[in-house]
Amino acid sequence: MKKKYFINGNIIDPHNSLNEEGGLIIGEDGKIEGIGKKVNTKNIPSREKFIDLKGKYIFPGIVDMRVFVGEPGYEYKENFRTLSEAALSGGVTSVVTMPNTNPVIDNVSIVDFLKRRGRDKSKINIYPSASLTVNAEGTNMTEFGLLQNKGIIAFTDGTKTIQNTRIMSRIMNSARDLNSLILQHAEDYELSQNGMINDGIIATKLGLQGIPELAEIIIIERDLALLESIKCRYHISQLSSAKSVEIIRNRKEKIKFSCGVSINNLSLNENDIGDFRTFLKLSPPLRTEEDRIALVKGLSDETIDVIVSDHKPEDEEQKRLTFAQAGTGASGIETLLSLSLEHYHNGSVKLETIIRALTSNPAKILKINKGNLSVGNDADFCIVDLNKPWIVKQENLYSKSKNTSIESKKLQGKVMNTFVKGDELFNL
Amino acid sequence: MAIKSNKAIKISQKHLLGIQDLSINDVNIILDESSKFIELNRSKNKKLDTLKGKTQINLFFEPSTRTQSSFDLAGKRLGADVMSMNITNSAIKKGETLIDTAMTLNAMHPDIIVIRHQDSGACNLLSQKVNCAVLNAGDGRREHPTQALLDALTIINRKNKIEGLRIAICGDILHSRVARSNIYLLNMLGAEVNIVAPSNLMPKDIESLGVNIFSDMKKGVKDCDIVMMLRLQNERMTSSFLSSNREYYEYYGLSPDKLNYAKDDALIMHPGPMNRGIEIDTKLADDINKSVIKEQVELGVAVRMACLKIFCM
Repeated sequence: MKKKYFINGNIIDPHNSLNEEGGLIIGEDGKIEGIGKKVNTKNIPSREKFIDLKGKYIFPGIVDMRVFVGEPGYEYKENFRTLSEAALSGGVTSVVTMPNTNPVIDNVSIVDFLKRRGRDKSKINIYPSASLTVNAEGTNMTEFGLLQNKGIIAFTDGTKTIQNTRIMSRIMNSARDLNSLILQHAEDYELSQNGMINDGIIATKLGLQGIPELAEIIIIERDLALLESIKCRYHISQLSSAKSVEIIRNRKEKIKFSCGVSINNLSLNENDIGDFRTFLKLSPPLRTEEDRIALVKGLSDETIDVIVSDHKPEDEEQKRLTFAQAGTGASGIETLLSLSLEHYHNGSVKLETIIRALTSNPAKILKINKGNLSVGNDADFCIVDLNKPWIVKQENLYSKSKNTSIESKKLQGKVMNTFVKGDELFNL
Repeated sequence: MAIKSNKAIKISQKHLLGIQDLSINDVNIILDESSKFIELNRSKNKKLDTLKGKTQINLFFEPSTRTQSSFDLAGKRLGADVMSMNITNSAIKKGETLIDTAMTLNAMHPDIIVIRHQDSGACNLLSQKVNCAVLNAGDGRREHPTQALLDALTIINRKNKIEGLRIAICGDILHSRVARSNIYLLNMLGAEVNIVAPSNLMPKDIESLGVNIFSDMKKGVKDCDIVMMLRLQNERMTSSFLSSNREYYEYYGLSPDKLNYAKDDALIMHPGPMNRGIEIDTKLADDINKSVIKEQVELGVAVRMACLKIFCM
């Protein structure tokens, strides 16, 4: 690989507290050799070609902590190759894949398959998670230790929640012993039973069973009560309500844990469901505008650590059904960054905070050396035109499934190029 | 008797999916048209050829006696070719989706499809996929527009107006499409609507639809002109909403003592089928001076004839 030089970029690297104009040098080995304002035409050898970014932004490659891939079992929805293309077009270079496949990622032998497929077919860094319980049934714990040894980065039942408090306490004890990371989807099934959207006036009008915010709050409160006595690495995957943000803001003063939010819940509310738009059947559900604003505020004051895409490809057949029968989830990895930038453009969140929630924060929670632009590290990064307008169109999506929650939405800011280990794998 | 009106009927909607979509003008068109059919239905020769040559398909995914027979009869009296399909759960389990069914039927060129489905919004989905008009005969717990229209027609027939009346809708509001459609329609027509239900059967934030909510039935029916009782939909209840039927009757069943709180000339309505002795005292239900339940059924045919005619043409 030839050395690459970039100059006149706007570099934001929250991990290194870097927010300055400057350049980037990538070595022949695909590692970062130099970065920052000291990289300019003066110290680039005159024989070398360089790329003038003319003010475009350089961000570390995005680390997306909540991504569903269809392998194994649902390859028709998304495979590692299509996921990679989709991710790269959105500046995402590392993902944590959810274990809700068929079969569920719950034992060592499947992990071998997954690692092999990920390595052979994927162009981005795949960090697989495994389920907390066998078959994600919430009853018997999986082998956290052995799975970790095979390269599992975190444990989660993905779309499911551990309902049984006794089992949750045992999971936390094991996680503490083995230093494992738990990712919990917070939903009390008794309260959310048959629920489809936020419990409120929209649910009443549409005649759909509601999911009350209490379903989320009960699990958060329960887990945090457990966590107070069983200290382990614990992360709440996605918040959806203003009350959840408030609880977490208070509890973070005493207990150490982290939490995330889906870009969907940050950007949309229950009114967007309109006339039964099944693409907006999401888990957790979209809630009120007040809830959305509270989530944005929570991101802004860093109560919320991470933004995820909750990328959940569903084929058309799963969405061409009545709302009650339709599958849950939306494709979102390609629009994660651009949609996040909306909160910068409208002045509600600082750019650096957004980039931190997309790069260094998830990397820190996962304990991986990604999401930064430190010298000597893999050159995983993206070049972004912060102001470029574009319109989301299903037919332009790289993902195998086209179930975007923001079809026809006008966005500002687009990834122009994405690099993994110094290789340019996407350019617009 | 011939009903011939060459006046162009202009309705704003292509389909009848819910009262929510209708304007007051639309409602008046339907109610005016309906009242013309009342006399016809009481006469000896009930057959017209208004919809001669038209094909009406009744697509019922949920069991129904009165609504289905009412639509069936309405179509036949207008001269349409009526086909009724009862699609049971087993057929759905074969894997055919609503859209597949819709496409199949659409290929047979119907002029109107009447659909009842257990999922809210099913009729909306169907209407996007077929070329003909779609009439909603009840979708999940969302809307049942013809029921609300026939209720309004019944009230108008008895009270000569709706505006200014105080109307209590009581019982299982949570699971009731009838309640939702009636709230929209009665509000639109200027009634004051009271909703009476135990908290477990009260939908979230329903007061924002412009109704007064009560968990005490006596307060809720006080000075009302109409007391509309709803059926307790046990088949939609997945877990314990109520302690027992007898306690429910004690607090929310329409008994003579509770009815005393309403106006002396208050009318009793019920969309049927009734759970006698649970939500309504059996004698009250049959009291010809107070109960208009049978009249609701009668006018139901007229309303459905009007809807078929308007949306088919």
